[in-house]
Amino acid sequence: MLQGWVIASVSFAYLGMLFAIAYFGDKRADAGRSVIANPTIYALSLAVYCTTWTFYGSVGRAASTGIGFLPTYLGPTLMAGLWWFVMLKMIRISKANRITSIADFVSSRYGKSQVLGGLVTVIAVVGVIPYISLQLKAVSNSFTILLYYPQIVMPAKAGAQPLLQDTTLYIAMILAAFTILFGTRHLDATERHEGMVAAIAFESVVKLLSFLAVGIFVTFGIYNGFGDIFNRAELMPQMRALMTVEDTGASYGNWLAMTFLAMLSIMFLPRQFQITVVENVNDRHLARAIWLFPLYLFLINIFVLPIALGGMLHFPNGDVDADTFVLTLPMVERHEALALFVFIGGLSAATGMVIVETIALSTMVCNELVMPVLLRWKALRLHEKKDISGLLLSIRRSAIALILLLGYIYFRAAGEAYALVSIGLISFAAVAQFAPAIFGGIYWKGGTREGAIIGLAAGFAVWIYTLLLPSFAKSGWLSLDFIQSGPFGVALLRPQQLFGLGGLDEISHSLFWSMLVNIGCYLIISLRRRPDVVETGQGTLFVDAFRRADSSGGSRFWRGSAQVEDLLPLIGRFLGPERAREAFLAHARQRGLASIDELQANADLVHFAETLLAGAIGGASARVMVASVVKEEPLGPDEVMNILDEASQVRAYSRQLEQKSRELEEATADLRAANEQMKEFDRMKDDFISTVTHELRTPLASIRALSEILLDDPEIKVDDRQQFAAIIVKESERLTRLINQVLDMAKIESGNAEWHTAEVDLHEVIEESLAATASLFADRRIRLDRRLAQAVPQVRVDRDRLIQVMLNLLSNAVKFCEEDRGCVTVRLSSGIDTVRVDVEDNGPGIAEADQRTIFEKFRQVGDTLTAKPQGTGLGLPISRQIIEHFGGRLWVESEPGRGASFSFILPLSGEGINPEERTEQ
Amino acid sequence: MNRSIITGQRLVAVFLFGCVLLNYPLFSLFNRPGELFGIPLLYLYLFGIWALLIGLMAFAIERRKD
Amino acid sequence: MSKRILIVDDEPNIVISLEFLMKREGFEVTVAADGEAALRLVEENRPDLVLLDIMLPKKNGFEVCQAIRANPDWQSVRVIMLTAKGRDTEVAKGTALGADVYMTKPFSTKDLIAQVRQLLGQS
Repeated sequence: MLQGWVIASVSFAYLGMLFAIAYFGDKRADAGRSVIANPTIYALSLAVYCTTWTFYGSVGRAASTGIGFLPTYLGPTLMAGLWWFVMLKMIRISKANRITSIADFVSSRYGKSQVLGGLVTVIAVVGVIPYISLQLKAVSNSFTILLYYPQIVMPAKAGAQPLLQDTTLYIAMILAAFTILFGTRHLDATERHEGMVAAIAFESVVKLLSFLAVGIFVTFGIYNGFGDIFNRAELMPQMRALMTVEDTGASYGNWLAMTFLAMLSIMFLPRQFQITVVENVNDRHLARAIWLFPLYLFLINIFVLPIALGGMLHFPNGDVDADTFVLTLPMVERHEALALFVFIGGLSAATGMVIVETIALSTMVCNELVMPVLLRWKALRLHEKKDISGLLLSIRRSAIALILLLGYIYFRAAGEAYALVSIGLISFAAVAQFAPAIFGGIYWKGGTREGAIIGLAAGFAVWIYTLLLPSFAKSGWLSLDFIQSGPFGVALLRPQQLFGLGGLDEISHSLFWSMLVNIGCYLIISLRRRPDVVETGQGTLFVDAFRRADSSGGSRFWRGSAQVEDLLPLIGRFLGPERAREAFLAHARQRGLASIDELQANADLVHFAETLLAGAIGGASARVMVASVVKEEPLGPDEVMNILDEASQVRAYSRQLEQKSRELEEATADLRAANEQMKEFDRMKDDFISTVTHELRTPLASIRALSEILLDDPEIKVDDRQQFAAIIVKESERLTRLINQVLDMAKIESGNAEWHTAEVDLHEVIEESLAATASLFADRRIRLDRRLAQAVPQVRVDRDRLIQVMLNLLSNAVKFCEEDRGCVTVRLSSGIDTVRVDVEDNGPGIAEADQRTIFEKFRQVGDTLTAKPQGTGLGLPISRQIIEHFGGRLWVESEPGRGASFSFILPLSGEGINPEERTEQ
Repeated sequence: MNRSIITGQRLVAVFLFGCVLLNYPLFSLFNRPGELFGIPLLYLYLFGIWALLIGLMAFAIERRKD
Repeated sequence: MSKRILIVDDEPNIVISLEFLMKREGFEVTVAADGEAALRLVEENRPDLVLLDIMLPKKNGFEVCQAIRANPDWQSVRVIMLTAKGRDTEVAKGTALGADVYMTKPFSTKDLIAQVRQLLGQS
């Protein structure tokens, strides 16, 4: 029934579905509606921790070591308790510094050291590639086993496949293509892949359900529950031993070491760092993951021992590999659908791990190994290229292909060898080497670059010697003498009993020595000198991540941003204008920009400027300097002293100098800011005066011309004389009105206006205003429609000012209505805590674009150049100021051609009134 | 004190509590043959403590009102 | 034959005063209240001189001036820009666009008449 094509097409359908999920996730992310911005999805995506090594391997390990498989999952559960502080800190640091991978994290912490970044990358690649091989092997094995259904044939006995018929090769190729599609669809500055995360979360659900299905089937289908299985197992001495661990000190030591190792790997496996830190959308999602992720681990482990025992009871001859029990138990019971579901579950575990791990590694290989070399390679002239993002993408894609190829080659070479079987824990031990540099880096400012490099390198070397080489020896690639009698027969150097240390298992043994050497070197070398300025700068940034975040009131270090024109002169003063300009230009080019002016004012730029400045004056002082440009709020004296204290450790001799220069710079910056502000005021005043004078000149022109005519020509006709005199009076009135309004505006704006606040009945105000404008309505024969609600509560305002507003709105409405056919509607209504007045006309209406500008001074509908303002252009701005003074709001709603409606709301007495007003009461 | 810091400290307490319960010497008290409700003692102990830790963490996190 | 003058302004009171002045000086006067009407009247009446405001509906004074200067048939038309915009940049812009004279409001009637006469070769 389960022919190859059935399995293959189900697998492809499943992969297609994953891709659809990822595609959908990416589309939603592009549209700004993230599907993964959800704490549960985040927690599920963390379960990428459970690979085929869990899915198939846990049962295998339980069959040989019993309960000993558990620390791998207990460790992460314990560690999750520390995430609230530790992981959150790593996420905050990474977001603030735009960390793209674990290598970037370590290298950034120790002054952006390329050597360190490269070293971490190499350790990660060497440590993790065999782990990828293991996934390929698991998929290929499960595929082969399923092919022989209903027979149970172990793949090792099925014989090696020729290269071109090797399903593993095709699996590797498909996964490479899949990962390239997922991971390098576009180059994102944050290195986030939302679609991929959505697919990974989905896979986590599939593998859990699939494993639970087998567990329930074995426990309750084949046997009669947990008790039944355990009772039967009790009868077999070799199975009884699996229920406990050896009661020796070494055994408890191993248990502790395994737990510790798993605690570190959940933090530092490249794929875990990628998913937990880099792909994190919102650091608040971490909270739920702290308990939900351990719960996932708990669920996926409940049935491990029952399946292992069930398998051993079912295949007592030991000819069926315990690693395959999950698959072979349903097969032997002829449950082919369940077997297929298990296969898909295993495929989920494998693809999830391979995709995330490969993306994480390829980012590291590209950013930490390839790009530094390419950028140094002068002949390539990369610095001159404006845009190298295409090149970056090709490097990423090649790296993905190469990593999977290496994984496949290792698989071919190792085959059934020991080296592959035990690789899970060996990988864990490799990445555990990152722990001292990272934990030290985020909690201790004293760590130095050399300390981290030598510690890591030494730990890695011990790992190679005590774990990797012995695993090669056990696979037959090295002489077994190497393990048994030590290199060149020196027994003291036996890799698994180094200096005679025995009793521990190989992993605990290696972990002990490598950590001892790693931590020792890190501490001792770091303590040999004080951290230099760059290290101090970065150290402060990392260690004080929370403090800085708190002081800026959010998760980002820098909420604000600063313009290039602010930062450049600042840096220029310390580095010299030339050097500063060059550095900024290089920074711009690095981002594919052609010039400094294109640099965006964002946190990145601020950070760059700060780092640049830190090189000259120390990280702490740089922070103060940059903060002076970025944020208006002054730093408290404590904060400044604290910062300066840090700086003093670095450059005690220059503390006073720095302080002086800082004060000087602050004074300069203040002065410059003041100067800029003056200029801005001047410009605004200039515009204002120009407009006001224009408004003054127009009536003056008529007045002067007509007065001169009257003066020059005594014999002018009486009619003309009358007309001219009338115009002169009218234009004078217009001038007076304008002058009064300008003064009024100025008074309100400067806060010098007098307000006579009292309880006012809006009915009275409206009636009075209508009475005052009655003649306007009559002149243009415009209809008035009153819709005034009765019993509207009183408001506390200046009665005359409110009448001024009403007169303005009413005369505007009348002015814009067509004569004879116009109609103005006045409405009064009250809400819960506001009253509302609307003045609506049926005139031409106001275009959308003009609805805001009419509230600006001297602006009226239309382009000021072509349309003469009717009136002074100050009525609406003044009205708005008045309404806002009383805590209300004035606005307009209009559709061109359908009239306009000006409305305002005022808060009821006691609500929203200025505090001064309230105290006057 | 900041509520967030209290939650964090409760979680650290769960961590320490878990470290003690899941390791020597307490661990060794249950490391012997025997069963309860038909389930081996150590197995039951470990999974029980595990569930307890998860429950405590969930309680510490989900109970805070933010 | 009397010279023809076109007054372009949308302030009725200024039009009244200019019209009275120019008629008193014996010119033939036409009036336009917006930029498009102004260009139409230039086409129809071929005035000798235009008194041109800047802030006009439909087409502003700068555009009108530019249009007049762009037409080779209208090279003889003199243009006086008469406006309340008195900033140096506007004066420069007006002259650059081909206005013969740029006067700011309020203007002296004597100066205006003198400028008009001078441009029409009657001084």
